[in-house]
Amino acid sequence: MDRRQFIQAGGAVALGCSSISTAFSQAKTPIRVGVLHSLSGTMAISETALKETALMTIADINAKGGVMGRPLEPVVVDPASNWPLFAEKARQLITQDKVSVVFGCWTSVSRKSVLPVFKELNSLLFYPVQYEGEELEKNVFYTGAAPNQQAIPATEYLMSKEGGGAKRFYLLGTDYVYPRTTNKILRAFLKSKGVAEKDIEEVYTPFGHSDYQTIVANIKKFSSGGKTCVISTINGDSNVPFYKELGNAGLKAKDVPVVAFSVGEEELRGVDTKPLVGHLAAWNYFMSLKNPQNEAFIKMYKDWAVKQKLPNAATAVTNDPMEATFIGIHMWKQAVEKAKSTDVDTVIKAMAGQTFDAPCGFKVKMDEKNHHLHKPVFIGEVRADGQFNVVWKTKGPIRAQPWSPFIPGNDKKPDMPV
Amino acid sequence: MFRPLRLLAFALVLLTAPAWAAIDPAQVLQLGDEDTDVRIEAIRKLTASQEPRAADILYALQNESLGLIEDGKRAVIVASGRMADAVTGADMGPAPPNFDALIINNRLRGEIDAALAALQLASPDVATRLAAARSLQGSENDELLPIVQQALDKETDPDVKVVLELSAASLALKNANPELRARAAAALGKSNDPQVRQVLSTIVARGSDGTYAEADERVRTAAQLSLAEINRRLFTTEIGLSAFTGLSLGSILLLAALGLAITYGLMGIINMAHGEFLMIGAYTTYLTQGVFRHYFPGAFDWYVVAALPAAFLVTALIGMALERGVLRWLYGRPLETLLTTWGVSLLLIQACRSLFGAQNVEVENPAWLSGGIAISGGYVIPFNRIAIIIFALIVLAAVWLMINRTRIGLFVRGVTQNRAMASCTGVPTHRVDMLTFGLGSGVAGLGGVALSQIGNVGPDLGQAYIVDSFMVVVLGGVGQLAGTVIAAFGLGSIAKFLEPLSGAVLAKIMVLVFIILFIQKRPQGLFALKGRSAEA
Repeated sequence: MDRRQFIQAGGAVALGCSSISTAFSQAKTPIRVGVLHSLSGTMAISETALKETALMTIADINAKGGVMGRPLEPVVVDPASNWPLFAEKARQLITQDKVSVVFGCWTSVSRKSVLPVFKELNSLLFYPVQYEGEELEKNVFYTGAAPNQQAIPATEYLMSKEGGGAKRFYLLGTDYVYPRTTNKILRAFLKSKGVAEKDIEEVYTPFGHSDYQTIVANIKKFSSGGKTCVISTINGDSNVPFYKELGNAGLKAKDVPVVAFSVGEEELRGVDTKPLVGHLAAWNYFMSLKNPQNEAFIKMYKDWAVKQKLPNAATAVTNDPMEATFIGIHMWKQAVEKAKSTDVDTVIKAMAGQTFDAPCGFKVKMDEKNHHLHKPVFIGEVRADGQFNVVWKTKGPIRAQPWSPFIPGNDKKPDMPV
Repeated sequence: MFRPLRLLAFALVLLTAPAWAAIDPAQVLQLGDEDTDVRIEAIRKLTASQEPRAADILYALQNESLGLIEDGKRAVIVASGRMADAVTGADMGPAPPNFDALIINNRLRGEIDAALAALQLASPDVATRLAAARSLQGSENDELLPIVQQALDKETDPDVKVVLELSAASLALKNANPELRARAAAALGKSNDPQVRQVLSTIVARGSDGTYAEADERVRTAAQLSLAEINRRLFTTEIGLSAFTGLSLGSILLLAALGLAITYGLMGIINMAHGEFLMIGAYTTYLTQGVFRHYFPGAFDWYVVAALPAAFLVTALIGMALERGVLRWLYGRPLETLLTTWGVSLLLIQACRSLFGAQNVEVENPAWLSGGIAISGGYVIPFNRIAIIIFALIVLAAVWLMINRTRIGLFVRGVTQNRAMASCTGVPTHRVDMLTFGLGSGVAGLGGVALSQIGNVGPDLGQAYIVDSFMVVVLGGVGQLAGTVIAAFGLGSIAKFLEPLSGAVLAKIMVLVFIILFIQKRPQGLFALKGRSAEA
């Protein structure tokens, strides 16, 4: 309360001074930014780390002089893994807290929930997680991967000689919009590569499913019909019982590799990874990448974890959505500085073509038109220590295709927000 | 003139012969090549040399402790802080701090496993030879065939010999001679290896362009027959396996619900925080694991055993505190009890999140609970599942004995059936309430220890089981342990029977619909207490 009064008083003083010098008043008022991540409920497991990354990045920017000389002031709210509450909290951030931009959401269903709010109030959302595509909104910048920057290259790798030359595909996912859409795209892609219908099996489990015995036994049975790989879009907690069952059932990565799109360093912290060595994940960033930007990023986060006394700070890890959050905040800062304003429409214009030396080791670029990042793709194999060995990567960043060409009718959709 | 030259040549051959047999450093360097094909070639050559040192090098590559130094001119192995030359094994002092080991992918991993297995065929230990022979089935490297044949000639143990013959047959499938291939395919009908099944399926399968991968008709027919033979043999195994998974799910449901069967079934307290007692039990396991890892690393494998009494005590104490502090003021007011315990559950979840973080914590299976019994066809019955079934039965027996054969159990039953009368005969009903609730919570804690071995340990652990637990208790009939047991195993089996037919999502819905219909027809559940007191 004290701080709010102080800011209001500060604002009043600034207003009073505005006749003297506008520049002076701007130098004093902080820019408010919203952080919209679940800190409780099922998604807390993944989203808490993103909140910490956002706060860390903001603190770092402030320590280096803020944006246009003005400090950033984070406003953190907790939508509690409750999808309608996401929309409510977003509205509160924009109308009451008057934030200039919001960094947040993880699941696609939460993003779909806040979209109408951002459109109605013409505000700005940075979404940091890989997703299923099929969306392109003026008010959103997507710093995670589109399907062609994750799912498709991973599947191509598994079909290649190096990836084991898979002939049969077991698509396993949690039952909601992201896995269903991704699998729809993958099915169309596999068919275009000549894979027969009988060689594709699509299976869904409910959120929080914990008994994977039958599924693992079925994967074994399915694999007896030819070289098989599992493409997993299981999200959240269920990954732990799934991987434990895989390990105990003796399903080795060299026989039936499992590639996951929602499993990173953070998710593997809850699993004993020794039996899982060789299973794969596809991302645009891995903590094990070796480059100066990444070293600085990891060090910054580890120091932050220790300073904030986060639980298990000693084993803090970084992952892909954390990197995407970090990139998003920095790009927004650059765009604001270029636009010399936090006005939403001017910032959106200034975002086009922004570049940033990202921890993935490449200079990533915000596309001039389609609000998605150009990102490199890495495929990693799980190591015994829970980190990943990169076994395949693209030569450089590739452009996102939010409208997947494998879904009929998408070729007519414009590659820019309308 | 001529003779001395020949002599010289002969001498040279003699001189260089040992060098051929030893390991070629250039081949070892090729293990770190950019191109995987070159690396595989190097692995195959190293294996063919059958040098003991080759096994060490391949083993180092497998464990990612082999690396190249001096601009890729020298291969070294790093182990426990020391560096050694890969070819000679000579010690080279302490390992450099920024040592980058060569990384391998799944393709190489399969290749190395087969190579190491081939090298182990010469092991004096029968078990090692048998395991090595097994893992060679389904390998794609037909260059190993001479090594396998050689081992087959020398082999004396009949079991190993049988497996080796199958391995030789599966390697011979790559042979250029169709006659040999057909004979190999026919021989493989006796194999139970999943890889063999996969290879045979590939032979009979038609490619996307309508042609067969295997050109020869005879080979395809032989493979078809073998495949049918294998599938027939494995059919019963698969049925048995799905019965086992039903039993296993049932035992988990039983462990989750048993505590609730006491607190809700016997005492009538709708305890929404029951799931959180499971969670506390699981976190106690996590803490015990930490204590063992830190103070008794030698006895680490037995931390689960130590976690059992710890979890029981912790949850029982918290349960008793909850009963004394909150619930006893709410007896006879089910709605208030429900809301209060739900509040307590939120409180416990958030407390856990503040203490341990929102992320799941890692609970490692001890060695004796990892892996499983391999049954035919590559199917495995995991040890942790077997242990949980046995454990559930032990806990069940203990609770049953306690309720039906001890003095405190008599009091519990007395208070449940007629509180006023029990009080009149001198039973301290309040103490009995406290102890019963403590027992129910403690049993939930034991369930938590078991759950930590198969699933997530996180603040939300309890949420996943609370609905299932209530389903089991309500279906089984309030106040009856036997009903709980039958309901748990029944629901587990039904769910596992439906899952392959309809998928996990639909199976869950069907089970819920089944319970709703059943409760409509029989509101008292499977077994109901009879008599006047039951309605009270």
